[in-house]
Amino acid sequence: MKDIIRLDNIRRDFKVGDEIVHALRGVSFTISEGEFVTIMGTSGSGKSTLLNTLGCLDTPTSGEYYLDGTSVRKMGKNSRARLRNLKIGFVFQSYNLLPKTTAIENVELPLMYNPSFSAAARKEKAINALIAVGLGDRLMHKSNQMSGGQMQRVAIARALVNDPAVILADEATGNLDTRTSFEILVLFQKLHAEGRTIIFVTHNPEIARYSSRNILLRDGQVITDTVNHDIHSAAEALAKLPKNDD
Amino acid sequence: MNGTNLFKIAFRALANNKMRGFLTMLGIIIGVASVITMLAIGQGSKRSIQEQISEMGSNMIMIQPGQGMFGGVRQDASSMETLKLDDYQNILDETRYVAGVSPTVNSSGQAIYGSNNAPTTVYGVSPDYLDIRRYKVADGDMFSDQDVQTAAKVCVIGQTVVDNLFPEGTNPIGKVIRFGKLPFRVVGVMESKGYNSMGMDQDDFIIAPFTTVQKKILAITHLQGITCSALKEEYTDQAIDEISEILRRNHKLREIDEDDFNIRSQQELSEMLTSTSDMMTILLAAVAGISLLVGGIGIMNIMYVSVTERTREIGLRMSIGAKGIDILAQFLIESVLISVTGGLIGVLLGVAAAIIVNKVFMFPTYIQPWSVILSFAVCTFTGIFFGWYPAKKAAQLDPIEAIRYE
Repeated sequence: MKDIIRLDNIRRDFKVGDEIVHALRGVSFTISEGEFVTIMGTSGSGKSTLLNTLGCLDTPTSGEYYLDGTSVRKMGKNSRARLRNLKIGFVFQSYNLLPKTTAIENVELPLMYNPSFSAAARKEKAINALIAVGLGDRLMHKSNQMSGGQMQRVAIARALVNDPAVILADEATGNLDTRTSFEILVLFQKLHAEGRTIIFVTHNPEIARYSSRNILLRDGQVITDTVNHDIHSAAEALAKLPKNDD
Repeated sequence: MNGTNLFKIAFRALANNKMRGFLTMLGIIIGVASVITMLAIGQGSKRSIQEQISEMGSNMIMIQPGQGMFGGVRQDASSMETLKLDDYQNILDETRYVAGVSPTVNSSGQAIYGSNNAPTTVYGVSPDYLDIRRYKVADGDMFSDQDVQTAAKVCVIGQTVVDNLFPEGTNPIGKVIRFGKLPFRVVGVMESKGYNSMGMDQDDFIIAPFTTVQKKILAITHLQGITCSALKEEYTDQAIDEISEILRRNHKLREIDEDDFNIRSQQELSEMLTSTSDMMTILLAAVAGISLLVGGIGIMNIMYVSVTERTREIGLRMSIGAKGIDILAQFLIESVLISVTGGLIGVLLGVAAAIIVNKVFMFPTYIQPWSVILSFAVCTFTGIFFGWYPAKKAAQLDPIEAIRYE
C-alpha cells in the first residue's frame, strides 16, 4: 500500500507571551492509502494543531511531513494552498457552506480555484459527488433550505469533488444528533469501502469503533496507535436505534 | 485561478447580498449623478453667457467717463462729464479699426399711452447703435441721421414696452406715446430678445435720437457713454488703442495723467463672465466630488463589515485552496463591480437629471463628454482605492483562525 501521509518527529511550538507552548512534541506515524483513521484526544492534547499540520494550513516547527510524497515543511503559503486544493478534502464540524448558495455551487467551489476545470466539467464532477453522498435529488437546494445532516453531506461532497488524496474530517458529527451522526458515519464507511483515505479527528471515543485504526493523542504525543480488527458497521448501529416518531 | 471564475465568485457573493450591495451603490450613484448634473449646469450657463455675449456683439467696445482724481480725491464715475460730442465725432472720423460709433445717454421714467403706463428706460443713441448691438427692427423703421440732427421726437420701442402700452394689440407704429412729459412718435418696434442669463428683460427699453434725450429730457451737453464696434473681434485691441489716443488728445491729458475714461470691450466682459461661471462650475463639481468621496468611504465601510462578517467564508475558501491573491481579487472585484455598476446608473441618472433641469426648469445645461468619462473613471478608481484595504485585510487572514471564527 502507498503511503499517503508520513509524519516524522513533528514538533510545533507556539509563543504565547513570553512562554513557549509545545503543542506537538515529536509526533511520528504513517497512514497508508485506504485507511480510515480516527485521531482522538481531549482538548489541549494537540489534535487541532495536528489537524492543521495534516491539512497543510500550518507548518511544523521541526520534523518532516510528506503528503502523497511531497515534503510540506518548507512550502510557502501559496504552494500549500495549491496542495490543499489538489490533495485534501476538508469536512468541518460547522459545515461552512456558503449561505444562500445551491448545493451544486457549494460543491463546485474547490474546482473554481483550479483553472484546469471547465464550467461543464465542474458541474459534472459536482453532480457526481452529490450523487455519491446521496443528495442526487437536492442539487439545486440552497444551503439555508437544508437540514444539518444534508448540509454535512454537501460538505462531504465538496471534500470529495477534487478526488483528494485524503479526507480530513474535524468533529464532522459534532453538531449532529445521534441518528444523523450515524448516517454520516455510514457515509464515511461507504467512502472507506470505496478505497478513500479518511482521517477523522474527534473527542468522541465511540467513533473509534467504526474506523480501521485509532490514534490517541495526549499532551502533544501519540499515546496509543492501534489497528482496529473488529470494525463495527455503522449501518447496523443505525438500524438498532429507535426510530423517530414522526 | 482564472479571471472568469473570480468574476463568477464575486458576482455570486454580491447576488447573495442584493440589498446591501444596492445601498452601497447608492452612494456612488448619487455622487456620480451629481457630478455630471452639476458640471452640466455649470457648463450650460457658461455656454449661454457666451452665446448671449456674441449675440450682443462680441466686437463691442464701451467707453464711459472714468474715475478722475482731483486733489487726491477719487470722483464718482457717474458725476464725470468728460465725454463730449467732439469725442464721438473724432472717433467717427479718425479711426480705422472702428466700424460703428454711437453716443449713449439714458434716462429712466414712465412711458404713457392712453390709460396705460409703465416704467422703462429711454436710450439716446445714433442709428449705428442697431448694428453695434446687433439689434433688429421687427416692424417699421429705425429713426434716421436726419432725426438725430433735428432732435426729432421719434422712437423705436422694445417688445415689453409694446405689451405694456398696447395691451389690446393695437399696432403701435405711428402712435404717439409720452415719456415723462415728452411726446414721442413710434416709428418702429424692436425684435424680441427675451431674458438674458441674469434674468434681465432685454426688451424693456425705448431708443430715441441721442440729441433728443440729451437736450429735451436730460438737458445736458456731455455724453454718458460712447458705444463702438471694432471691425472684427480680433481688432478690438487696435480699436481700443485708437480710441484711447483720440480721447487722451481731446482731453489734453499729459503723459503722467491717468485716463479720465474707461474703455471696456465685450471681449473683456466675456472673459470675466466665463471665468465667473468657470469658478461656479468648479465649486459645484467640488461639492459633487465630495459626495462621490463619501460614497467611496461607504464602499470601504461596507467592504470592511463584509470581510468581518464573512471571515468564516474566507477561511473556508483558503482551506480549500484559495490563495491570498484570489481572496484579494474577489473582494476587489466585488467593490469594483459595486462602484462601476453604481457609476453606470449614476451616469444615466445624471444625464437624465441634466435633461430634466433643462426641459422643466428651463435652465441651460450642457453635458460635456469628458465629464461623463471623468466621473466614470473616478468611481472605478474609487472602487479600487476604497476596496483595496478591506480586500488586503481579507487576504491576510490566517485560515486556521478564520475557519473557526465565531
